[in-house]
Amino acid sequence: MTLLLEARHVTKYFGGGLLDRDSTVALEDFSFAIDSGRPSITAIVGESGSGKTTLARVLLGLVAPTSGTVLYQGRDLHALSGAERRNFRRDIQAIFQDPYGVYNPFYRVDHVLTTPVARFRLARSRTEARGLIEDALRAVGLRPEEILGRFPHQLSGGQRQRVMVARALLLRPHVIVADEPVSMVDASLRATILGSLRQLNQERGISIIYITHDLATAYQVADNIIVLYRANVAEAGDVERVVKAPQHPYTQLLITSIPQVSTERTWLNEQPVAQRIAPGQTGCRFVERCPVAMPVCQTMPPPLSRTEPRRVVACHHHPDPAGAQQNVLADMFVES
Amino acid sequence: MNAPGMNASGMNAPGMNASVLRVEHLRVSYDHPLGSVRAVDDVSFSLRAHERFGLAGESGSGKSTMALAILRLLRPPGRIDGGEVWLDNIALSSLSDDAMRRLRLAGIALVPQGSMNALNPVLRIRAQIADALGDHDMALSRSDLAARVRDLLGQVGLPPEVAEMYPHELSGGMKQRACIAIAICLRPKVIIADEPTSALDVVVQRQVMATLARVQQDLGAAVVLVGHDMGLMAQFVDRLGVMYAGRLVEIAPIAEIIAAPRHPYTQMLIASLPSLERKGMMQGIPGLAPLLRDLPPGCAFHPRCPQAVARCRTERPVLREVAGGIEAACHLA
Amino acid sequence: MFSYLRRNKSLAVGVVLLSLLALFIIVGNLTVDTELARPLSVRALQPPSWEHPFGTDRQGRDLLAAMVAGTPLTLKIGFIAGFLGVGIGTVLAFIAGYYRGITDTLIRGIADIGLTVPGLLVLIVIAVSVRGGLTVNQMAIVVASLAWLNPTRTIRSQVLTLRERGYVEVARLNGMSGPEIILREMMPNLLPYLAATLVNAVSAAILASIGLEVLGLGPLESPTLGMTLYWINFNAAILNGWWWWWTAPIVIILMVFLGLFFLTVGLDEIANPRLRQSA
Repeated sequence: MTLLLEARHVTKYFGGGLLDRDSTVALEDFSFAIDSGRPSITAIVGESGSGKTTLARVLLGLVAPTSGTVLYQGRDLHALSGAERRNFRRDIQAIFQDPYGVYNPFYRVDHVLTTPVARFRLARSRTEARGLIEDALRAVGLRPEEILGRFPHQLSGGQRQRVMVARALLLRPHVIVADEPVSMVDASLRATILGSLRQLNQERGISIIYITHDLATAYQVADNIIVLYRANVAEAGDVERVVKAPQHPYTQLLITSIPQVSTERTWLNEQPVAQRIAPGQTGCRFVERCPVAMPVCQTMPPPLSRTEPRRVVACHHHPDPAGAQQNVLADMFVES
Repeated sequence: MNAPGMNASGMNAPGMNASVLRVEHLRVSYDHPLGSVRAVDDVSFSLRAHERFGLAGESGSGKSTMALAILRLLRPPGRIDGGEVWLDNIALSSLSDDAMRRLRLAGIALVPQGSMNALNPVLRIRAQIADALGDHDMALSRSDLAARVRDLLGQVGLPPEVAEMYPHELSGGMKQRACIAIAICLRPKVIIADEPTSALDVVVQRQVMATLARVQQDLGAAVVLVGHDMGLMAQFVDRLGVMYAGRLVEIAPIAEIIAAPRHPYTQMLIASLPSLERKGMMQGIPGLAPLLRDLPPGCAFHPRCPQAVARCRTERPVLREVAGGIEAACHLA
Repeated sequence: MFSYLRRNKSLAVGVVLLSLLALFIIVGNLTVDTELARPLSVRALQPPSWEHPFGTDRQGRDLLAAMVAGTPLTLKIGFIAGFLGVGIGTVLAFIAGYYRGITDTLIRGIADIGLTVPGLLVLIVIAVSVRGGLTVNQMAIVVASLAWLNPTRTIRSQVLTLRERGYVEVARLNGMSGPEIILREMMPNLLPYLAATLVNAVSAAILASIGLEVLGLGPLESPTLGMTLYWINFNAAILNGWWWWWTAPIVIILMVFLGLFFLTVGLDEIANPRLRQSA
């Protein structure tokens, strides 16, 4: 069993060049794996600055990690040969946040669909290509006659984003990395787009990495969840467990911060109070805002501990009963 | 709850407490080479002091256009076609440009969409607040000004050091709270906030909304919250108006809307909110929002409405009271 | 098309002016004997008459013939230099802007240094170093040698912006190579900007060439606009009251520059959507 896509202890720093002493850590010691035999939907949840966008770019090979490796079918991404790289590009597709910027305004929207078909030689004739494209559009709930031949500004944001999902479909990838695919789309359309992604996973066995700041949609769509806080993993595991019984104080904070449609109006009032322990050079990054911070949190970074068969938490309140282990995060995703 | 003598839109029976903001039959159009487009069609509502009113709708509903129109900030090709806006008992259309300018910020304040990105990057926060005060002929001495700035920052929960900082040194939430500070510096009677937290994450959003609530209570001002997050509306506003395709389709106290939404669009909008309780509950609204220049006949929502009947396709429903204090524009309500 | 011209008045004025010039050149070359533009062809210093509608100059040239023959030469210099300049500039701009790194620093550095040196001075130095005077084509090359500096800089800025667009990232994910992305994704979006830059460069090249010619460094045999100005100067035509001699070339030069200027402004509006008037 080769893991399809694997991240091993990926760390990424920005800045810190010759003249710039301050470097920012965007992602720290992140490990992850996708087993092609078990397609799943993994949500990566974090606020801005958590490292989730950097993670997307690293997994897509758009940016090289400062340390650690990203492996595609066991081979380092940045050491792939031309043919292997083409396979990689076909196998791992992306959907981005901005449904307008991804379209070249000079061309009709057909361009984003015809280009990959041509590049990856998916069809032997024009009619075959057209057929593939129309099928993909129908698979995401769009009518080809309403979409093809139009310019990007003539379609709505929701339609444009769905065309992007159709594009990802064309290449029959094994993994789709979706970076905030619905945050710029109206609430009423989100369900349709996310529903398409779920369908792709269930019907075509495509693994989805769903990156978002919206915990609620993550819960609805994903099987597994990774919660990032300032470049580190706070908590990860089965989405039902993490959302219904969160262990990391940050996850708990996230969940209670979501305003619910209910007649109970406590949201404005309940604000957890931080202990106000000053952050140290090392130590847990959440310590400033943590309502249950302890002195050890200031000095020692919390290790990722396996607290349940399908959950890891990085918090001193939840130490690993079996002692610190390596590759805890990656292992959890791969083991059955 | 509504005071006796007041209906859902907050309109008064004559002789009752005056409303602080009253929008009556407002119509806004955009001129376009292919024809004029009605962005806001006959919208009416009013607010009392201390009240929080929500204006919910998705893109193309006309809610942001309405916010700009109330403040007479529309620029061509947009224009107000009809109707009137009253602040206390002053008709805003009767004011000269200069008088209107003085009323903005002092009488009605706007926290526009993306305002945190509109802060002047080369001015310290202190200077930006001073700008707002200075524009309204508040000649304050330096020490008075410093005290006022510190006071304002305190009201929005920002430490006094922020006065000397530049916008890029602040986080998103802090910038947004600075914008709220600017909005309240002249103690307006009405604050209109257009998607004030859309770019912020949930934790910061809560802080900013709590700040807004506190500030509003201290000032005794009325707040209009324009947005599309029904969860946020549910937790923040007292009354809610739902807009679709430029028209008001439902207006009622928030508790009523949550308990029993009358208009199918409101029902589906609430249902489309992903829940944290059970998986597999996400529903959307099929179809697309209509093009404003190509509205369907009859009810604008009927092509997407699962409950539509023949009458909906031909006859446009009128916003009318369907129960005590609740108005809806639907033939079936 | 015509309705757009009605809205974009600058473009309309530019097109009209340049069309009139083109008409003048074409019709002129068909009807007028350009041999009369050579010196000692006709009686000297005749004011305008039916025989010589623009009059004649001191060296016996029919001025109408001179204008008809010389204007296209001046324009030719401008076009060759402008195209060469923008062509070289575009290539360098894309290489520098897309690939960044040391190449970018090098190209940018050379362009920046080049821009600080007074252009006319450099051109004069080059012109005097060429033995036996310049031909029209050589003039074009000389002017082109400096014409690429500004376009490189300005186009590079545009490339830097375009590079960050979402669709460029998608193209990279499609496995497209650098040159492919430049040609198929970025270049089409730059066409309006390149057109505006081109017109600008042509205008600047014509100005530079006229400058050189007025100083006497141009092709002495050719009746280009600049050379005509040189002879006007040399013979003190203004002081001597031979008004017909300097009226024609000045009017034509005005038309050239105004036409190109309005064209630039008009194209700028197309290239920069924010300048577009609302309907």
